[in-house]
Amino acid sequence: MSDLIRVRDLTVSFKTRHEAILAVDRLSFKLKENEILGIVGESGSGKSQTVLSIMGLLEQNGSATGEANFHGINLLSLSMSELNRIRGKEIGMIFQDPMSSLNPYITIGSQMSQILAQHTDLTKKEREEKCVEMLDLVGITNPQKRFDGYSFELSGGMRQRVMIASALLTSPKLLIADEPTTALDVTVQEKILDLILEVRDRFHMSVILITHDLGVVARTCEKVLVMKEGRLQEEGELNQIYYSPESEYTRELLNKSKQINLVNSKDPRKEEKTAYEENKLVEAKEVSVLFDLPKEGLFAPRELIAAVDGVSAEILEGEIIGVVGESGSGKSSFSRTILGLQKVTSGELRVLGQQLNSQKTFVAKTLRQRMQVVFQDPYSSLNPRMTIQEILLEPLLVFFSDQDRSVRFDRIRDVLVEVGLDEHFLGRYPHELSGGQCQRVAIARALLPIPELLVCDEAVSALDASVRAEIIDLLVRLKNDRGLTILFIAHDLAVVRKICDRVIVMEKGKIVEQGDTEKVFQNPKEEYTKNLISSVPVADPRLEKQRRLERLSKAN
Amino acid sequence: MNPTNSLASDAWSALSKNRAAWFSAMALTTMVLLVLLGPLVSPHEVDQTNWSKLAKPPSMDDGHIFGTDDLGRDLFVRTMYGGRISLMVGIVATLVSVLIGVSYGAISGFVGGKVDSIMMRIVDVLYAMPFLFFVILLMVFFGRSIFLIFVAIGAVNWLDIARIVRGQTLTIKGKEFVDAAKAGGVSTFRIIFRHIVPNLMGIVVVYVALTVPQVILVESFLSFLGLGVQEPMTSWGALVNQGARQMESSPWILLFPALFLAVTLFCFNFIGDGLRDALDPKDRTNINE
Amino acid sequence: MTNLKFIFGRLAGAIPTLLVLICFAFFLVKSAPGGPFDFERSLPEEVEKNLREAYNLDDPLYLQLTKYVGSILTGDFGPSFQYRDYTVTELIMSGFPVSLRLGVAAIFLALILGGTIGTIAALNQNSRLDYSVMFFGMVGISIPNFVMAPLLVLIFSIALNILPAGGYANGAPLHMILPVVALALPQAAYIARLTRGSMIEVLNSNFVRTTRAQGLPLNTIIFKHVLKPTFLPVISYLGPATAAIITGSVVVEQIFGLPGLGRYFVQGALNRDYTLVMGVVIFYGLLIIGFNLIVDTVYGFIDPRIKHNR
Repeated sequence: MSDLIRVRDLTVSFKTRHEAILAVDRLSFKLKENEILGIVGESGSGKSQTVLSIMGLLEQNGSATGEANFHGINLLSLSMSELNRIRGKEIGMIFQDPMSSLNPYITIGSQMSQILAQHTDLTKKEREEKCVEMLDLVGITNPQKRFDGYSFELSGGMRQRVMIASALLTSPKLLIADEPTTALDVTVQEKILDLILEVRDRFHMSVILITHDLGVVARTCEKVLVMKEGRLQEEGELNQIYYSPESEYTRELLNKSKQINLVNSKDPRKEEKTAYEENKLVEAKEVSVLFDLPKEGLFAPRELIAAVDGVSAEILEGEIIGVVGESGSGKSSFSRTILGLQKVTSGELRVLGQQLNSQKTFVAKTLRQRMQVVFQDPYSSLNPRMTIQEILLEPLLVFFSDQDRSVRFDRIRDVLVEVGLDEHFLGRYPHELSGGQCQRVAIARALLPIPELLVCDEAVSALDASVRAEIIDLLVRLKNDRGLTILFIAHDLAVVRKICDRVIVMEKGKIVEQGDTEKVFQNPKEEYTKNLISSVPVADPRLEKQRRLERLSKAN
Repeated sequence: MNPTNSLASDAWSALSKNRAAWFSAMALTTMVLLVLLGPLVSPHEVDQTNWSKLAKPPSMDDGHIFGTDDLGRDLFVRTMYGGRISLMVGIVATLVSVLIGVSYGAISGFVGGKVDSIMMRIVDVLYAMPFLFFVILLMVFFGRSIFLIFVAIGAVNWLDIARIVRGQTLTIKGKEFVDAAKAGGVSTFRIIFRHIVPNLMGIVVVYVALTVPQVILVESFLSFLGLGVQEPMTSWGALVNQGARQMESSPWILLFPALFLAVTLFCFNFIGDGLRDALDPKDRTNINE
Repeated sequence: MTNLKFIFGRLAGAIPTLLVLICFAFFLVKSAPGGPFDFERSLPEEVEKNLREAYNLDDPLYLQLTKYVGSILTGDFGPSFQYRDYTVTELIMSGFPVSLRLGVAAIFLALILGGTIGTIAALNQNSRLDYSVMFFGMVGISIPNFVMAPLLVLIFSIALNILPAGGYANGAPLHMILPVVALALPQAAYIARLTRGSMIEVLNSNFVRTTRAQGLPLNTIIFKHVLKPTFLPVISYLGPATAAIITGSVVVEQIFGLPGLGRYFVQGALNRDYTLVMGVVIFYGLLIIGFNLIVDTVYGFIDPRIKHNR
């Protein structure tokens, strides 16, 4: 097989007012025909800028030097109109955010048809036929209707399918996928990745897949480039990189991803408990929470949607209990209801001995003190107009208004040390802190009232992998040191498996399955749970290959 | 350190980076000083007529640097006095509308639900009213008092601010730090004044800067029609009106007040624009949603 | 079918606004001291009787209001105080064509001028051209109609002597140029800035990046993908723009001596011709509500997301 694309000494830099930033530094690689190449790296590694520069899509202040030879033509040296004869025709591209990557103002059909009008001589009717056929091929039901419809009528996964169909219209030689599944739920991710593999075979294309997830690479790619801070760290065949990595950085990445991994990922610190103390901190019986859907007109009938639908569960003292589910599963609504931020519509909910029911929205201060929360977005969970000191002082003013000033400051200092910060942070504002530091402050704030129950609502989801591991360590340590009970809401199954004693699986507001973490993960009873677990890509190419074969045989 | 300090420093760094806004702020400061101090140093009085110098063009010799009007009054002093009225109307009426708008918008956004939709529907309805004409009606019916101008203009201009503050309140209310405060047992009162209001200040500052020129414009419009400030008081609008009537023979009577008015509006607009780029966290096209 | 329903829905939504407008006007007149219905000042008995009859003053308040609403909806604004021989409706109808001509021309000029300039500036973002467009745009916004109009007269009529300084001359185009320009310029400036901001946002959007990746040439991208979302905010600004144009027309007609609605209004206000002023205000209100309704409906048809939600 010959080389489809040969990149030599690719350097991408951005000019800002004060300095020039080097995003990609003398990168060279080759891609053969019909080959799938994965480019992995953490944020800031330059992996996206690499492909954007090849496609001529850099921001205005960016420039690229070096060579990117495609069929012997250096793409970097082409004029815009020359480049337009290649991109969209020979090279197709799909992006991370399928929500915003399609034009919401014109029909899907007209967007797709324009590509064919630009690159082929087909008549209008032939173009439409081809588009509908392609929508059908990528698994979109009722393709004619979608052709005439708009992108906002579709789910995220369906939009990504439309993007793929658009890219395939001209039967390109190369498909570039820039984090194509990062914004999607895991079960949808699985389907999109399988679709990419399937169309690769059908159209005999090469694929470049950009991702931060080593599992995604293990599942789909044949060759791998590892990048860090704009430089190539290592390149090679998939198995070689995963099973005998040469570079230190690759080993580090792999270790991190294996530490938190669905397969064989029991945390040694997780204590073996034979029996739980039967002290129930939270007891939910048939709890439902209903929301009003936005009304269509002033006199339209009220429409309700159940965010939480007849949930029965309990939280036992001293455990870390995980709630997992995909977007729309109601896991966050459930935790907000326990916190008293959301009214119970029906059912019985007893939290720390107090009944929360639909009549009562007021939650006593003493109860508030005993449960605290840490949210997902580290920046938006701290008031940007308050200093760290003011933020940490607030719970003390609320719950311990009789304490002396000096006692308060001692406590703030102690808790900062406990979460791994120090008093130098007190005078700063949240925007001066990193994401991980903000999350530590949020945890410190939650600890100050000395709660019994800590709710972590996707508390580690927005963090980079290395920071995530640190915060998880901190949570586990706090649980052991303080005897905290933690309700851990997450969509990341691997993290849940690592630290949780028990797990609740939710789907569409209902509990699908619950039980001891290991039992649920090793031997899931429900089909939904099985699917959910097997959809998560694992950084183990052999296992992923075997799984894919299983999926294919199941499909046939 | 307190939140207003951090806001002030945000605004400061925003303005110092934006050269146009920076220049406008300097020009505006100069203008305010001139308007306040100018009449004090001038040898002429605002209502002092001089029959020997009717409609004289500007000249350095006799101290009438902007010339005189058709009654022989010194145009410089009159322009400065007019400026005092225009700026005062601008600032006072803006404060009235900001007060109404911020309270209305914040309540609507914070309470939410049915109250919110009713309150916003009222704003929608009021939006379609030709208020400027109602103000004129008020002037016609109730006589032309400067107090009425303040109230009337203030009452007209609060709608925009109410909408924007409500939108911003909704955004802040959805932020996780507000939920964290609620879950942390912080009282509603404290949540509003410690968490929501300080985060609204940015947008309020922006819209104060953008409302002042609008208000000055409305006052000038009324005065131009002869329905605003009455003699012996004057304002830039009234002076422009007077000047427009005799621009053929003595154009300076029009040009000086017109220049002051336009430059002031221009500076306020530029400052407001610069502040908005820096402080308005929300993307502008979404304001109406 | 859904389209009809949508339009009727919008129409129904305007009814409360309409009623509020009329009630506002009604109670404003009622409460005015020294107003037309304040019979403490001595009016000739005849006049008072006529007034009582014309405004049903002997009826209970709610009946007065209903009759008032009814008469306005049938286009009857009552007799004028000042022009004894005319009804307010007749006066409005004589002035309206002049104002309409002026206003429509100004709106179109503002849209075309502002839209074009804004687009050019956006496509040359951060160039010297862009900066000067933005600067002069701000200058344009900051110079009110009533300053712009005399300045234009000063330059084009008095100094250069190429255009007439005023008068209607039965709408001769030459006479309309300065009034239309004076009325349109501030709006054109605003629309230019609005268009530029909106277009830059669209140009930076992910879906435009997608079209570039698809190899579409710039022209196709602009015409097929960018223009529609760019002009949506401009379309929704047309409502406020009309209100501003109507307001502006009052002074512009005054300055150029055009026999339009605005002139009647100012004369009426200065002469305390209550019924005339009231009639014109309600008429303006109706115009603004009606135009907002049209803009809203058109917007609903252009933005597919609104179509989707209805």
